[in-house]
Amino acid sequence: MPETFRLDFTVNGQARSLDTHPMARLLDVLREGLGLTGTKEGCGEGECGACSVLLDGRVVNSCLIPAVQAQGAEVVTVEGLAAGGGLSPMQDAFLAHNAAQCGFCTPGMLIAAEDLVRRCPAPDKEQVREGLAGNLCRCTGYSKIVDAVQAVARKEGQP
Amino acid sequence: MRSFLPDFQVRVPATLPEALDLLAAEPGAWTPLAGGTDLMVLFNAGRLQARRFLDLSRLFELRGVQDEPGRLTLGALTTFSELREQRVVHQCFPNLVKSARATGALAIQNRGTLGGNIVNASPAADTPPALLAYGAEVELTSPAGARWIPYADFHQGYKRMDLGPAELLTRIRLPKPEGMGYHFYRKVGTRQAQAISKVCLAAYARLEGRVLADLRIGLGAVAPVPARATGTEALLRGRALDALPFEAARDALQADIAPIDDIRASAHFRRVVAGNVLVQMLKELAAVRA
Ligand SMILES: Cc1cc2nc3c(=O)[nH]c(=O)nc-3n(C[C@H](O)[C@H](O)[C@H](O)COP(=O)(O)OP(=O)(O)OC[C@H]3O[C@@H](n4cnc5c(N)ncnc54)[C@H](O)[C@@H]3O)c2cc1C
Ligand code: FES
Ligand code: FES
Repeated sequence: MPETFRLDFTVNGQARSLDTHPMARLLDVLREGLGLTGTKEGCGEGECGACSVLLDGRVVNSCLIPAVQAQGAEVVTVEGLAAGGGLSPMQDAFLAHNAAQCGFCTPGMLIAAEDLVRRCPAPDKEQVREGLAGNLCRCTGYSKIVDAVQAVARKEGQP
Repeated sequence: MRSFLPDFQVRVPATLPEALDLLAAEPGAWTPLAGGTDLMVLFNAGRLQARRFLDLSRLFELRGVQDEPGRLTLGALTTFSELREQRVVHQCFPNLVKSARATGALAIQNRGTLGGNIVNASPAADTPPALLAYGAEVELTSPAGARWIPYADFHQGYKRMDLGPAELLTRIRLPKPEGMGYHFYRKVGTRQAQAISKVCLAAYARLEGRVLADLRIGLGAVAPVPARATGTEALLRGRALDALPFEAARDALQADIAPIDDIRASAHFRRVVAGNVLVQMLKELAAVRA
């Protein structure tokens, strides 16, 4: 008998509830169970960061989280950044700085960047690089992404 | 090939006694699951023998940091990020902060645990050298009770540990260094983030004036287990900082290690680099103003 359980958690501010296997990856629960396909799968082994989401306010690789460990948690995916229909300041900055090319890494980059500026409102270049070190991009060469994050940080750092 | 979900079972005990009873009822049947950053990689790749998991993540007994005079006790579920965020760890055990910071990237540090790093028993894991250098002890708990052993005795061979099938690693305890101390940690990998160590060396030295009164060196990725460099330590103990025998120490280190060739580095590379890192440390030590 396949063993399922009722997963109750909060996704992008909304209470969600579904039956799933306790070892189902949070990544698959989000994409296939809830249709939130913004979160991507690159490597499936914690290396690339394409699957990054916030779990209880911290950036994690959703490909490494079994559903059972998301029970009762608060999850934010890239869809949750654009609250109220408009883009978030970070999304605007990525757009303005051409920080996306193919865009596959972008949801994960945005989540990691969001996590960084929440913890560290005015990161220097090194801190941005460390904050995004778990997110691989094959296209941009990273400079424009770092610029975008720093632009947001500068704006928010203003009184 | 992916794992087929219906093959797998998970139990989520709410308390430590409940978890231990389950382990004891069917020794070896249940695989503990902590942060999952080692297990889920194998699971996703369909390379996991285990079929039944015991989720430890709800066990409050395995969490928390106890700061007492003379020692620090860390729950096995302490994450790398928690290590980085604890003032007392920065103040007393800076090598542990560096090792946590050198592990994976932030998303891994937010989930991966100290207990998982130890029990996964990779010879290339990054906190073990720091734990060895600080003389850590580990607590192993079964329904029969808890026992403390020196962490240096925990690893018995490649992925073989002094850990019974009905035991969990519950806590890690570190004596706080006293007096004038010197801390050194260096991980050599392909890049700073997400890279497994080719060589890792952690050291803690107690200084009396300009004499190396005591020294412990922990090494990663140069032997089948995380290992102490006992021969090198013996050679250096009691020496004056102004007369440290760099080259003799480099030679002694070669006898303490047994590196292998693998996809990350050759044994030769590991020998040369381990020696270089040791000499870098000794030069730094010689420049310490006591
Ligand atoms: C992308 C990536 C990068 C990484 N980089 C590094 C790195 O740079 N350095 C490094 O050292 N590691 C690295 N790791 C490995 C991993 O993150 C660490 O080993 C981590 O500490 C494992 O902890 P966990 O809680 O996630 O363990 P889990 O995966 O939950 O468990 C690991 C093993 O320990 C056992 N176990 C866990 N807790 C207990 C306990 N309390 N009692 C008994 N058994 C237990 C489990 O049964 C399992 O066998 C990396 C992993 C990934 C995916
Ligand atoms: S898909 Fe999760 S880290 Fe690559
Ligand atoms: S924009 Fe293509 S991978 Fe980053």
